[in-house]
Amino acid sequence: MSRRAVIVGVATSDYPYLPEMSEGAVHAQAAERALADAGLAFDDVDGYASAGYFPLYSVAMSEYLGIRPGWLDETNIGGASFEVHLEHAARAIEAGDCEVVLISYGSIQLSSMGRQIGGGGGGGGVMAPQTWDTLWGNSLVGAYALAATRHMAQYGTTSEQLAEIAVTMRRHAGFNPLAQYRDPIGVADVLASKLVADPLHKLDCCVVSDGGGACVVTTEERARDLPGPPVHVLGAAHDLSHALNVSQSADLTVSAAARSGPRALARAGVSLTDVDVLQLYDSFTITVLLTLEDLGFCAKGEGGAFVEGGRLAFDGPLPTNTDGGGLSSCHPGMRGMFLLVEAVRQLRGEAGPTQVPGAEIALVHGTGGYLSTGATVILATDRP
Amino acid sequence: MSARTRRPVHQPVLPEGAKARPGPPPDPELAPYFQAATEGRLVVQRCVACRHAQLYPRPHCVVCRSAVAWEDASGFATVYSFTVVRQHYSRSFRHLLPLVVALVDLDEGPRLMTNLVGVDPDAVAVGLRVEVWFERVTDTAALALFTPAPATA
Repeated sequence: MSRRAVIVGVATSDYPYLPEMSEGAVHAQAAERALADAGLAFDDVDGYASAGYFPLYSVAMSEYLGIRPGWLDETNIGGASFEVHLEHAARAIEAGDCEVVLISYGSIQLSSMGRQIGGGGGGGGVMAPQTWDTLWGNSLVGAYALAATRHMAQYGTTSEQLAEIAVTMRRHAGFNPLAQYRDPIGVADVLASKLVADPLHKLDCCVVSDGGGACVVTTEERARDLPGPPVHVLGAAHDLSHALNVSQSADLTVSAAARSGPRALARAGVSLTDVDVLQLYDSFTITVLLTLEDLGFCAKGEGGAFVEGGRLAFDGPLPTNTDGGGLSSCHPGMRGMFLLVEAVRQLRGEAGPTQVPGAEIALVHGTGGYLSTGATVILATDRP
Repeated sequence: MSARTRRPVHQPVLPEGAKARPGPPPDPELAPYFQAATEGRLVVQRCVACRHAQLYPRPHCVVCRSAVAWEDASGFATVYSFTVVRQHYSRSFRHLLPLVVALVDLDEGPRLMTNLVGVDPDAVAVGLRVEVWFERVTDTAALALFTPAPATA
């Protein structure tokens, strides 16, 4: 079908430190580059999606960018929002509601508020029940630490195994000239870094960055007139576990990926063994481990042993986060857009030194909130 | 409302320069829970139809949508998971570091986030039996903290 949705342009903004740029300027730079990559212009855009930390966000960004799209989406489920935007955009395009959707993200978290991240507490402006878990001095890091402690107690997972994930991401970052941290590290370095919230060390946690990205989606038919190879959106799905109260999770060792993953794969008509490259949200090492288990790459509880031996390395059996991920490259608060950009680059063969040879199918999984939400997207060079 | 489950409510001792830890936001749905805590009672909501116990409070049972009623809990729980917070941006918590943040499963069912007190952070483990320990934070609220339970609990 000629109206099937394809990605025709992607870009990141500059990153990871942008003290001279506003949040809007980060959006604009990424959007301009993604449209140029697609061979399109702002005037071609008739749909727009974004997520940020204030209401009417997509409206404000449309105004800032000087576009007046007839289709908007500002679904905000945390860092996984952009995967949901792509899911919605693909549906809207296939239904004929719009022709060219721009999805953009921008943040200056490092320059403006980076020092506060991980502090947690507070519930200003939030509905009272959502402050239920905020009276205890816990932090964002602590919420993920609770999942890690439980996983360790239940399945024997070790800090060394979690550290392997950080070590592999740092190795990938070494090949990415923009990455925030590039010097190689070993398991011992992770374990020697300061404990932030037991059992998570500083190097188990993502970096805090400025940066953004953008993605342009249109129809397969329109893509025929555009310069680059299109990337097909085969299937997508999202799900939730709990909101900001991790006490409300029935099982903190199981994330929303357990439900979004199988649904996205079924919609795409592909199986896990078809996947050539993974882009997984890596806010913390434990996030990656839980996601791998929940998607079904290994059984629940076996993620620790699974990630050993460099399995996630770009030149290993299951290449993951080939740009260095949020753990080492860039994490401005809601990293989901970066996952899409890197997946598309891999499928186009443009990923540089960490290119996975012949990559045809990519699985992207975003995680939002405090292990609250998950969104899975399957992208491919062609339709099966 | 049995005296059996009523426990002392402790006044926090604040070191010089420290700020009091925050209390809950004013909210009509949460108020009965925190009010009971000021009387030394840990309460849960119990569904009148399916008997499911829940917290945080809502006007209906999240399982079957029926009405709920407050009842006193035993005050005993088991540690589901925990972390030790070792740095904090707020003067309301810095004097409490290292602070054990835990998820505990009440014997009645609901899981609560809390702090463990009166215990060496290195001695905490998943599965530890704990007992509620109340600390007053405002005129209308006390917090349900937990401390290791006597061996028989």
